[in-house]
Amino acid sequence: MRTRRWVPWLYTAPALLLLIFFLVYPSVETARLSFFDRAGESYVGWQNYVYAFTNNTMLTAFRNNAIWLVGFTLFTVSFGLLFAVLLDRVRYERLIKSMVFIPMAISMVGAGTIWKFVYAYRPASVSQIGLLNAIVVGLGGQPIGWLIERPWINNICLIVVGVWIWTGFCMVVLSASYKNIPKQLMEAARIDGATEWQIFRRVILPLLMPTIAVVTTTMIVFVLKIFDIVYVMTNGNFSTEVLANRMYKEQFSFTNYGRAATIAVILLVLIIPMMVINIRRFRQQEATR
Amino acid sequence: MKQGTIGFLKRSPLHLVLIGLAIVWMLPTAGLLITSFRTPGDVGDTGWWTVLAHPFNFTQYTLQNYESVIFEGGMGRAFINSLVITVPATLFPILLAGFAAYAFAWMNFRGRNLLFMTVVGLMVVPLQMTFIPILSIFAKLRIAGTFPAIWLAHAGYGMPLMVYLLHGFIAGLPKDLFDSAAIDGASSIKTFFRIVVPLSVPAIASVAIFQFLWVWNDLLVALIYLGGSPNVGPVTLKVANLVGSRGQNWEILTAAAFVSMALPLVVFFSLQRYFVRGILAGSVKG
Repeated sequence: MRTRRWVPWLYTAPALLLLIFFLVYPSVETARLSFFDRAGESYVGWQNYVYAFTNNTMLTAFRNNAIWLVGFTLFTVSFGLLFAVLLDRVRYERLIKSMVFIPMAISMVGAGTIWKFVYAYRPASVSQIGLLNAIVVGLGGQPIGWLIERPWINNICLIVVGVWIWTGFCMVVLSASYKNIPKQLMEAARIDGATEWQIFRRVILPLLMPTIAVVTTTMIVFVLKIFDIVYVMTNGNFSTEVLANRMYKEQFSFTNYGRAATIAVILLVLIIPMMVINIRRFRQQEATR
Repeated sequence: MKQGTIGFLKRSPLHLVLIGLAIVWMLPTAGLLITSFRTPGDVGDTGWWTVLAHPFNFTQYTLQNYESVIFEGGMGRAFINSLVITVPATLFPILLAGFAAYAFAWMNFRGRNLLFMTVVGLMVVPLQMTFIPILSIFAKLRIAGTFPAIWLAHAGYGMPLMVYLLHGFIAGLPKDLFDSAAIDGASSIKTFFRIVVPLSVPAIASVAIFQFLWVWNDLLVALIYLGGSPNVGPVTLKVANLVGSRGQNWEILTAAAFVSMALPLVVFFSLQRYFVRGILAGSVKG
């Protein structure tokens, strides 16, 4: 199409201006601020970074982000895979898919409220209104403060909420990829006498590997920035702090811009390798298409 | 028929696992929904599952909680705020992203590919990276805590994913269309509105649903740019505040949470097809 030279810029300019203003410029500025003091006025060198890697709460946040990274990613992807593969074999596939997918449509604040109620704790002397404690007491146990028992129970309980929301996403992507596998491949393996498990290990899993990799990296990028669930349910108390929530606190509760900026930069640095992997994979796919 | 039954029984472990998991997935939401219709006294005394003993005894249900969160609790106001935030923050960036995607897909200009890669690459930037500098500019412009501030912010943050998804679709339109439009002497803007937009409706729909759900469900961006003010705060902010201030009034919390979820659920169920297509067309933003 023959167009005047400035025409393409006319079309891209609004988008580019928004991007420069909201993403490019602030990122550079935040990187600069991470070397300055709390008000962003005097240069402090690496001091904020030293703080970030030595302060106790920060170390807790790093540890929790690591727990989230492993637990959340492992379970969202595994459950997603489980649903994708098993649901293909039943007739009510669509119904259950919708049920599992619903949490994707609601806010993490809504999900946080839903699960706070599931985890509700009351002393053993009164009747339990939280589902989980009702089950525990019904089985003859003592009620548990699910969101207070540190550091494993409460962090795991928060991760469960994340898994509940994001499994639907993994399921949808993996299921689409699964349906692209030619059915003859599985039939052939079945005729050769392979068990269902062998078919899964030797046929399905290798063919799904590229999609599993994409879904996994997407989950990792997402989970590193996890914020809302923790903010609503515990606000990082009882050793449940995560980096993004810590950053919010540094910025708004303690008004320490230098430290908040430092945490943001650390998040970016942690995310970049994942995106590089994703983009490289994407390019390989484009090349082979 | 008989063989069908046998087959079903043989596969009963499969059905049990799937149905069991589906129930586990639905139970928390079911509990929320039921609780929101119970009286404060009942909610405090017994678990929500006790209503299942006689579910059709309608005297145990009440609309009181909804009445109080919507009219007294400020949830009605928050709902309107959410709409005022979400609708412009969805429509206006889609138009701009559509322009950019069209140019990247069908116009030749220097640095096009590099620029496009950069735009898509900006998806890596955690939003947290951007808050401090933008907030200080907004403060200087005196628009912090106003609707235009959050419209612009969501437009900027959503742009990389929107351009990426729309580009994927628009670039796949047949070349002949553009050639014949050029021969007919159609201007680029005419080509955009008469050819690109009508043919891209499915892609636009998925992008619109994504952005709509993202903005409606967002808490972080609203917290940052709107502050805690109830005059402009959306439903997510309101619910988060209620969790903090009335954490033990479950009947109020559950009703408020359900009000915040109602519209996304309607959008989701009526347009699920497009939503799934959008997910499959690309990655997610964050």
